[in-house]
Amino acid sequence: MPSRLTALAAALLLAGAAHAADSIKVGFVSTLSGPGAGLGVDIRDGFNLGMKQLNGKLGGLPAEVLIADDQQSPDVAKQAADKFLKKDKVDFMTGIVFSNIMLAVGPAVFQNQTFYISANAGPSQYAGEQCNPFFFNVAWQNDNLHEAVGKYVQDKGFKNVVIVTPNYPGGKDAVSGFKRYYKGKVADEIYTKLGQLDYAAELAQIRATKPDALFFFLPGGMGINFVKQFVAAGLSRDTQLFAPGFSADEDVIKAVGAPMMGMFNSSHWAHDMENAENQRFVANFQKEYGRLPSLYASQGYDAALMMDAAVRDVKGNVADKKALQKALEAKRFKSVRGDFKFNTNHYPVQNYYLRVIGKDVQDRVTNKTMGTIFTNHADAYVASCKMK
Amino acid sequence: MTQLILEQALNGLQFGLMLFLLAAGLTLVFGIMDCINLAHGSLYMVGAYFVAAAAQAADSFWIGLGVGVAGAAVLGLLLELTLFRQLYRRDHLSQVLATFALILIANEAVRVIWGPAPLLLNPPEALAGPVELPLFGETFFYPAYRLLIIGVGLAVAGLLYLLVAKSRVGMWVRAGASNREMTEALGINVRWLFTAVFVFGAALCALAGGLLGPLLAVQVGMGESVLILAFVVIIIGGIGSIRGALVGSLIVGTVDTLGRALLPTLLRATLPGDAAATLGPALASILIYLLMAGILFFKPQGLFPARA
Repeated sequence: MPSRLTALAAALLLAGAAHAADSIKVGFVSTLSGPGAGLGVDIRDGFNLGMKQLNGKLGGLPAEVLIADDQQSPDVAKQAADKFLKKDKVDFMTGIVFSNIMLAVGPAVFQNQTFYISANAGPSQYAGEQCNPFFFNVAWQNDNLHEAVGKYVQDKGFKNVVIVTPNYPGGKDAVSGFKRYYKGKVADEIYTKLGQLDYAAELAQIRATKPDALFFFLPGGMGINFVKQFVAAGLSRDTQLFAPGFSADEDVIKAVGAPMMGMFNSSHWAHDMENAENQRFVANFQKEYGRLPSLYASQGYDAALMMDAAVRDVKGNVADKKALQKALEAKRFKSVRGDFKFNTNHYPVQNYYLRVIGKDVQDRVTNKTMGTIFTNHADAYVASCKMK
Repeated sequence: MTQLILEQALNGLQFGLMLFLLAAGLTLVFGIMDCINLAHGSLYMVGAYFVAAAAQAADSFWIGLGVGVAGAAVLGLLLELTLFRQLYRRDHLSQVLATFALILIANEAVRVIWGPAPLLLNPPEALAGPVELPLFGETFFYPAYRLLIIGVGLAVAGLLYLLVAKSRVGMWVRAGASNREMTEALGINVRWLFTAVFVFGAALCALAGGLLGPLLAVQVGMGESVLILAFVVIIIGGIGSIRGALVGSLIVGTVDTLGRALLPTLLRATLPGDAAATLGPALASILIYLLMAGILFFKPQGLFPARA
């Protein structure tokens, strides 16, 4: 009798082992060239740092990260994603920076029942009606950082604001987010081409409008050029600049430098946060890459930790999609931003902070956290999400 | 209001003059040698990289600009001697294929040498801020660096005019553009004339790339978008005509700037906000192509055809 039981147990164990994968593959598609490259490179470096600290393993299983550059083109991204899904049969996908690319790649990933852990793009579509069990965003919903700036601009009593954003889904989310909390007059909404680098015509319009504050959302190289040209045009004397953290993080500061001092911006994370995970992350990132991490890097890092925790939770059995979904929703990793949880639409409920750019004790121009704008803030689209 | 109109006019002028630097070389190569050079934009990109790299090494924008332009001229010379000479007698399809291959090679080479991230090129410290001028009792602001670009652009345009319209070499160039066989028959060494024109075009590309570097970004693929605009310019202006290239550049520069500035505002006055916000930028970006179609409808040879 006992021998039969042992045999049964051994068979069960074997069956269990047969279910568990022997390695995990991650498909990482991101913008690694062109004006948006700074964002993709930071997400990649953050993700790789996470993988390094996990000794190249996810949930204890050896992991392989396949990296492709989407050149900020939805078509290139779709091709790369198709290859990862069909040929390499990856277990997770991540890395996409821009929402228009996310919306183009999403359907193929979901149809393939592969989990996408977004380390950046958080389009409103996937937070609301088109929410999907296979989509998780470990960063934020697009609107959130803009909502936080809107709230701050409103609270500070600015009355006449101009908004500048690229004409793409992320830009539309930025305007709706900002205006959800800013109730004053919007003197002008300027939509530019995505990837535009010369803002002479727009700056002349802004000068003629004479706003007291300017809110701009121009990620990557667009923001670098905009701020430089804004200062060169002499507009910084009369107009206070506000931006979400995307346009005021290390990638932009490194390129623009001192003219950015005094600029207020919002973020869900900052490199001076005092929790232990963050201090370790910031120190190791600087050691590894010789620069301060940006919020993008923190998001890539968190994405790696999130995959690791979920794979460990399901004991490597990533083929059981329902169990893996539950494990991802449970969020058992410690984020560098401090505690947060996932909402029913798989977007974070978390705090948002105010930061200001200035000189730190080491005389570097960088961000300093000033205070909390929102506590346990959810996105505005969750109500229309019917998660299957 | 004066400020706005004047500022936008200067913006249009600045954009137009930079387009002219590119279109001048392109129209001469196309008009005189009957050679479609798609890699003209790549010369612009490589020139900008030369300028940025030299400026970083020498820690001076001006030295970088000089070295970069000279380097691009040498590259142009090598390209002409090794590749383009073989292409002049071929048909347009071979030229398009060969120069398209050059675009791909140039993009990959730049990616290998300088990496995928854009290079940073800063304007000279003294020109980083705005210029303030008293004007009709108000203070007029304009970025100093853009004024410099306008100055250089005007100087080059004037120089080119003197060279092409008044000098003997210019006469040969114009003669070559309107009838190549006859020019050769008159005993002019067209082969070396071609080489000189090509090298000059490459140097102008690098000058444009270097001057625009601090305003835009020195990056892989920066040549392609501007190449399309340069082709629009020479089609509007008439292929082979320097005057056409200048007028075409200024028209395209002004229309593009004014379109971006005025169209959204105009549309918002007539359409609901959401539709205007979507339609405005889209319409502004196709405006110059509409203009090109319109001009071609009435003047199929362009405004100033060289071979009238």
